Amino acid sequence: MSCDRWQERIDAYLDAEVPDAEAREFEAHLRACSACSSETLVRSELKRSVHLTGKTFVPDPEFRRRVHRSIARKEPRRGWLWLAAAACMAAAVLLIVLGPLMLRREAGQQQLLGELTDLHVTTLASANRVDVVSSDKHTVKPWFQGKLPFTFNLPELQGSEFELLGGKLTYLDQAPGAELLYAARKHTLSVFIFKDSPELDRAFSSGELMRKLSFNIESWSEAGLRYFIITDASRADVDDLRARFVAAAQ
Amino acid sequence: MVIDNDPPCLPCFRGENVVAKVGHLSRADNLWNKISPFRFTLVGVQGDRDKAQEFEQLAMPLFTPLYSLAHWLTQDRSDAEDLVQETYAKALKGFDSFQPGTNFRAWMYRILRNTFLTSRTGLKAMVSLDDEDENAQAMTPAMTDTPETILLARADHNAIESALRQLPVPYREVVLLCDVEEMTYREIAEAVGIPIGTVMSRLARARKAMRQLLQQRATGAHP
Repeated sequence: MSCDRWQERIDAYLDAEVPDAEAREFEAHLRACSACSSETLVRSELKRSVHLTGKTFVPDPEFRRRVHRSIARKEPRRGWLWLAAAACMAAAVLLIVLGPLMLRREAGQQQLLGELTDLHVTTLASANRVDVVSSDKHTVKPWFQGKLPFTFNLPELQGSEFELLGGKLTYLDQAPGAELLYAARKHTLSVFIFKDSPELDRAFSSGELMRKLSFNIESWSEAGLRYFIITDASRADVDDLRARFVAAAQ
Repeated sequence: MVIDNDPPCLPCFRGENVVAKVGHLSRADNLWNKISPFRFTLVGVQGDRDKAQEFEQLAMPLFTPLYSLAHWLTQDRSDAEDLVQETYAKALKGFDSFQPGTNFRAWMYRILRNTFLTSRTGLKAMVSLDDEDENAQAMTPAMTDTPETILLARADHNAIESALRQLPVPYREVVLLCDVEEMTYREIAEAVGIPIGTVMSRLARARKAMRQLLQQRATGAHP
């Protein structure tokens, strides 16, 4: 191969793009040819200089972190879509499941209040309003022994406007309970005591004073028992009696 | 079944695509964004996570060389950072179109280059690409250097940097890919989207131009 042809191959040789055999041949030529040799040296030096100078610019570490974060963040961002979809689904499920539940709770409370009101009114209309007639709580309470699967304490009434009239067995939602009748001035108050149940608890968990057909109704739960006061007496009377029952249960 | 769409930044050097994409996202890009949620649903979360992880593992080691190339192309740190950021975003989005087993480095550089070309500086820089032969003639007059001046210049970092900066982008990029990134001619051909023969002729012209610029500087003919 002539010198001119070799000159054209210098770049390819330095870029390691010639086959081994050709490279050996070229190196043999270099040893014999000073022109090709010096040209190869110049190009080799230039290549080396460009290699070193070309690495002048390095990225800022903070910039590198930023880009790294941005490509790593793609995943969570897409995951976000799922999260949003899941949230929508959860909201829908809540609406579908809890919506009726809440409606049922509301309906359940209203139904129970209706039944309690009926029981109270029936008692008031009855010729024999109570089965155990006594103003003495020590007479009334033992009367329920064996009739109810639970026991309860009755409050002291000395110095109050309340008077115990008596008690009788009653039923709410197929469960037995005690109905205690009190008088406060001309008003009559029924106190119902039942074993607490999840249904009752759910229906009356809010604990606020309720009204049904103008009767004041109060309900609370104490030591596994569910208490109701239903009366045409004032709210203050209801609160007073309730406080006495709560104190007696302690 | 996966809806497989072209990525937003398919390396493409056709003039109309370059013009259509200047300054804002292309229509293909917008379409991609609209379709991707459905595509994502069909591919599934796990596959997508694996893909993203694979991309991260392949792409982050190339960060420094890609930044270096971006800086040489844009000649400005802030522009280079924008270019690299956009390149990574596009590459991740279009990663599905990358064929495993092919050259990832060349693929990434192609996206970087394409993104650069659609930028304002890039469009200006590549004007000289169209009439390569004429420009090549202008850039490569008869060799007037002597080996001595080049050997003196080799130690002069500033001289080399200045000469590289003055090279037209099509020459600068092949020199950098070959001498700095040490890509093979085949890789360069793939990355730049030209035949291997053109890689070789461009390299030869670029190196001649480098020597001429160094000669001018050494003899005071050019600042």
